[in-house]
Amino acid sequence: MRQVSLAELCIFACSELFRTDREIVASGIGPIPRIAAGLAKLTHSPGLLMTDGEAFLVEEPTPIGPRGDYRIQASGHLPFSRFFDAAVWSGRRHAMVTPTQIDRFGQTNLSALGGTHARPKVQMLGVRGFPGNSVYHPNSMFIPQHSPRVFVAGEVDFVSSAGYNPDRRIPGGNFSGVSLLGIVTDLCVMDFGGADHAIRIASLHPGVSCDQVRQSTGFPLEADDPPVTPFPDPHTLSLIDRLDPHNLRSTVFKGNPMARGTGT
Amino acid sequence: MTLGIGGWGPRRKPMALVREILRSDLTDLTIAAYGGADVGMLCAAGRVRKLIFAFVSLDAIPLEPWFRQAREAGLIEVLEVDEGMFQWGLKAAAYRLPFLPTRVGLGTDIARLGGLKYVTSPYADAETLIAMPAIRLDAALLHVNRCDWRGNVQLLGPDFYYDEWFARAADACFVSCEELVDKIECHYPEDARGNIFERSLVQGVVEIPGGAHPSSMPPAYGWDMRALKDYAEAARDPGGWASAAARFVGPDEQSYLAGFGGQEAVASLPLPVF
Repeated sequence: MRQVSLAELCIFACSELFRTDREIVASGIGPIPRIAAGLAKLTHSPGLLMTDGEAFLVEEPTPIGPRGDYRIQASGHLPFSRFFDAAVWSGRRHAMVTPTQIDRFGQTNLSALGGTHARPKVQMLGVRGFPGNSVYHPNSMFIPQHSPRVFVAGEVDFVSSAGYNPDRRIPGGNFSGVSLLGIVTDLCVMDFGGADHAIRIASLHPGVSCDQVRQSTGFPLEADDPPVTPFPDPHTLSLIDRLDPHNLRSTVFKGNPMARGTGT
Repeated sequence: MTLGIGGWGPRRKPMALVREILRSDLTDLTIAAYGGADVGMLCAAGRVRKLIFAFVSLDAIPLEPWFRQAREAGLIEVLEVDEGMFQWGLKAAAYRLPFLPTRVGLGTDIARLGGLKYVTSPYADAETLIAMPAIRLDAALLHVNRCDWRGNVQLLGPDFYYDEWFARAADACFVSCEELVDKIECHYPEDARGNIFERSLVQGVVEIPGGAHPSSMPPAYGWDMRALKDYAEAARDPGGWASAAARFVGPDEQSYLAGFGGQEAVASLPLPVF
């Protein structure tokens, strides 16, 4: 029996977050979220729309990395120039992203660390499309290194995406589109199912304890005897091979560790 | 002066026009862009008073190092907005409106930091919305695939980003192109659907093959990732921008392109795979 890597366990967990019966665009940003979106489409969520990574819609998820003889078969066209109309502002999208900071409210930061807005200590990308994503469509996150530097105490330095912070609910504003589905990390899967959307440990990767997750998190985490994160079966692993023929997933975690435990 | 620069990150950037600004003494600029090396270079050269942006990135090199340096030194004023708000601001300007309402930005830091105001829907819903101000441009700079002398453009390739709306938001639009023809209808009538904005918006055209280098210009050529890596690494050199500018701007376009193997080398750069 082939061993399951931590990367493959995370891909499987992320693909579960993409599970839907809606016809929405799945945007997996980065290798693991992107493979996961493809896996979701090939298994439980065939209605998902996705692009080739650029501007064309495909019904066969595009393998990541160099394509060789592989040619995409475009079923449609979804360029950036139509993205806000077609996907984001109509709520017909689910994005899985990797922000630099996340706080207890699910607010994230991709913009800057420390200092002031006039002179940040560390300038990062900028808010990109995070503000719009967060108020219009479902979102989830993949965090390859679970630590208190990512899951910060207090608020993130710069609120790039809206979360469930009651103090930031502008009176009269429509926040009904805010929908945070989950966070997959190298230690566990979390959801927003706690009191007032508090973050909760939903499942633990094999060999990881709640204490270990809490020590790696800057804010309190709810947990109610979480199960072990499910392993992908051999058929799922073969689909992952197909979506990632160059094994780029093996470069996500240092040393490409195996998921501890026996698997299925 | 407020300049809008078309393209997206390291894609379809009017880099030759940007280099020409860098060779001139034009300064104190307000720049609006989905930023890549265009923004990095103008910041590094001290030409930017204010930047309107949602990100500045070179894709495979996520963080634009010259932009970072300028920000971390507190050298530029910024209006940081969401990518969708940005195009909304261009559309407000295109429609000659003072603002367009949006939910985007609610619950984040961008409204407060950008001094954005709220409006209340006058209808029964009474919803509170952010008023995204128009991004009015004195001029837009774009690089397109083809153009004729009257300003009829043709854009080819998979995605034109928001080039159309930069053109519409501007008082004047200046276009560089890979290929300039006399009457486009005599040469490429089958591609008229690539005419995504009208010649009445275009005040000036110039033929500069390779004019997007080192950014990508599909279907003609891909980005020059080696050049972009060298450009990014140069930000760590003690010589600073003055030394980097000799290679990444140069005295004129011909010498610039010669430093990267010439027009033929640029034309053979493979399209990126995403």
